[in-house]
Amino acid sequence: MALGAFDCRNNRLAYLGLMQDGFADAEEAASRKYGAQRIGVLLGTSTSGILQTELEYRRCDPDSGALPADFMYGSTHNPFSVTDFTRQYFGLGGPAVVVSSACSSSAKVFASARRMMAAGLIDAAVVGGVDSLCLTTLYGFNSLGLISSQACRPFDVARDGISIGEAAAFVLLEPMPAQLDDSAVLLLGVGESSDAHHMSSPHPEGLGARMAMQDALKTASLDAAEIDYINLHGTATPSNDAAETKAVAAVFGSGTPCSSTKGATGHTLGAAGGLEAVICALALQHGLLPGGLNTQQLDPALPLNYLLDNRAQPICRVLSNSFGFGGTNCSLIFGRAG
Amino acid sequence: MMQHSADSATPITVFVEGVGLLGPGLSCWAEGRLHLEGSLPYKAARCILPLPMALPPAERRRAGAVVKVSLAVGQEAVKASGLPVDTLPSVFSSSSGDAINCHEICSALASGDRLISPTRFHNSVHNASSGYWSISSGAMASSSVLCARDASFAAGLLEAMTQSVVDDSPVLLVAYDTDYPEPLYSKRPIPDSMGVALVLLPRRSARSVARITLQARTFLTAAAADTMDDAALETLRQGIPAARALPLLRAFAKKQAIPLVLSYLDDMQMALEVAPC
Repeated sequence: MALGAFDCRNNRLAYLGLMQDGFADAEEAASRKYGAQRIGVLLGTSTSGILQTELEYRRCDPDSGALPADFMYGSTHNPFSVTDFTRQYFGLGGPAVVVSSACSSSAKVFASARRMMAAGLIDAAVVGGVDSLCLTTLYGFNSLGLISSQACRPFDVARDGISIGEAAAFVLLEPMPAQLDDSAVLLLGVGESSDAHHMSSPHPEGLGARMAMQDALKTASLDAAEIDYINLHGTATPSNDAAETKAVAAVFGSGTPCSSTKGATGHTLGAAGGLEAVICALALQHGLLPGGLNTQQLDPALPLNYLLDNRAQPICRVLSNSFGFGGTNCSLIFGRAG
Repeated sequence: MMQHSADSATPITVFVEGVGLLGPGLSCWAEGRLHLEGSLPYKAARCILPLPMALPPAERRRAGAVVKVSLAVGQEAVKASGLPVDTLPSVFSSSSGDAINCHEICSALASGDRLISPTRFHNSVHNASSGYWSISSGAMASSSVLCARDASFAAGLLEAMTQSVVDDSPVLLVAYDTDYPEPLYSKRPIPDSMGVALVLLPRRSARSVARITLQARTFLTAAAADTMDDAALETLRQGIPAARALPLLRAFAKKQAIPLVLSYLDDMQMALEVAPC
């Protein structure tokens, strides 16, 4: 498929994602069922196609300083381009938007889509997130001293920062039918909050994170004890894992099995919420709690039930955390139908 | 993945409790409404951005144009609404982030020395204004940060109206854009800064200025978007994505009860009904 004006690393990755696991077929079936105008597209990204602009700045005209004539800002760099591409690829005619709140972006799309469905604006939604490597995030996180010297080690006593990953994750959200397969995955709860603390450091006590998890439980009408597994934000920066531990412990105590899957995937930034929602769906469908990779020695200062090995165990409800720069927090709760 | 959907498609109605406005030749809502109702001629002039005094001094020094414009209009709208700011959920929507900051980062990354400063980096996130808003106001409620390129105002309004009604909560909407430096300007000619803020409530209050209604099944329309009669205001409407709000603000200023079509996506616009309170 020619991406045409949308051609850039981020939209190439989006296209690869759309082609996986029968997603495109499922979307086309939904379009026939609900009508293309009744399906929204809400995707998260932090940097979208900014790599394209970074590369084009190397090709500026040496005399005039002008960017190359063939550079198309709107369909590559602009944050909306990944939603626009996805919308046009499927020929969808419903509301369309990008959520770009750093590393909570593609968790928060679930919240927005859920509201649009509840309001009757749409019948279904393509949600998820796409983020790809660019120099802005590599050099930016490096300037903050947040890039790990090796593959990231969430919750390790010697953890020293993130490994930047890239991902495209898509989920088709549909209304609850009368009959459900036991393995169907439900979006049960959503919680959102802001830290009101600092642009690039989490609240030291994890206060905003705690509020997001509590709100997610409230919207799902669940008690903390009913959550079987927590997919942590777990970036492997010293400050995130410490603050998240305080927040999780305040809501759940120290017994709930949890792990960060960023040791396996890296931190995929604006795609992390969507990617980890998919991992939660797999955990529910397969009865598999993923152990955190790369972590050698758990930090004794982080007293959670952190899984270092995969565990086979049927589970019913899981919570996923996504937190980001600017103090933006989102927690999602997913469940199995049966 | 499954989610409960609406039982019936009831109209979505919100009430406007406060308005904030800052843009080229528009210093605040109290003055801007006079231009929009036609009692004071509008003259295009460079947007004057105030210092964000609500921020601590360190953050104030780091704040770029996106933060200045969004905090100014947000504060104006919240003050008019009389609602407590620290519990107010917010929606921030912009056609892009801080383009001056982006230019500096891309220039550095294209040079031999690729080092960029931590401040440049954290100001580069699209949610910088939302983060600074939360820090300056102490607001720990949810903040949604959106982009729909030229459709960003209508997309933000849709999110804010939906959130207000579904969550039965007041919501602050802040839509803003800032000017582009060359060489980006030639690719994305946004000439100046502009911000529009609305505080919305799901029910009428003593302070309500106007009512906005959207029909859940028919709000997307192929009809053309409303324009401004005044040539300078129409130039502004077309030139800055946040200024696509002007026909809505004009209806508030003129206390009109009318159907309205706001500019939205390339192939579809957004139909609303507006009435004064």
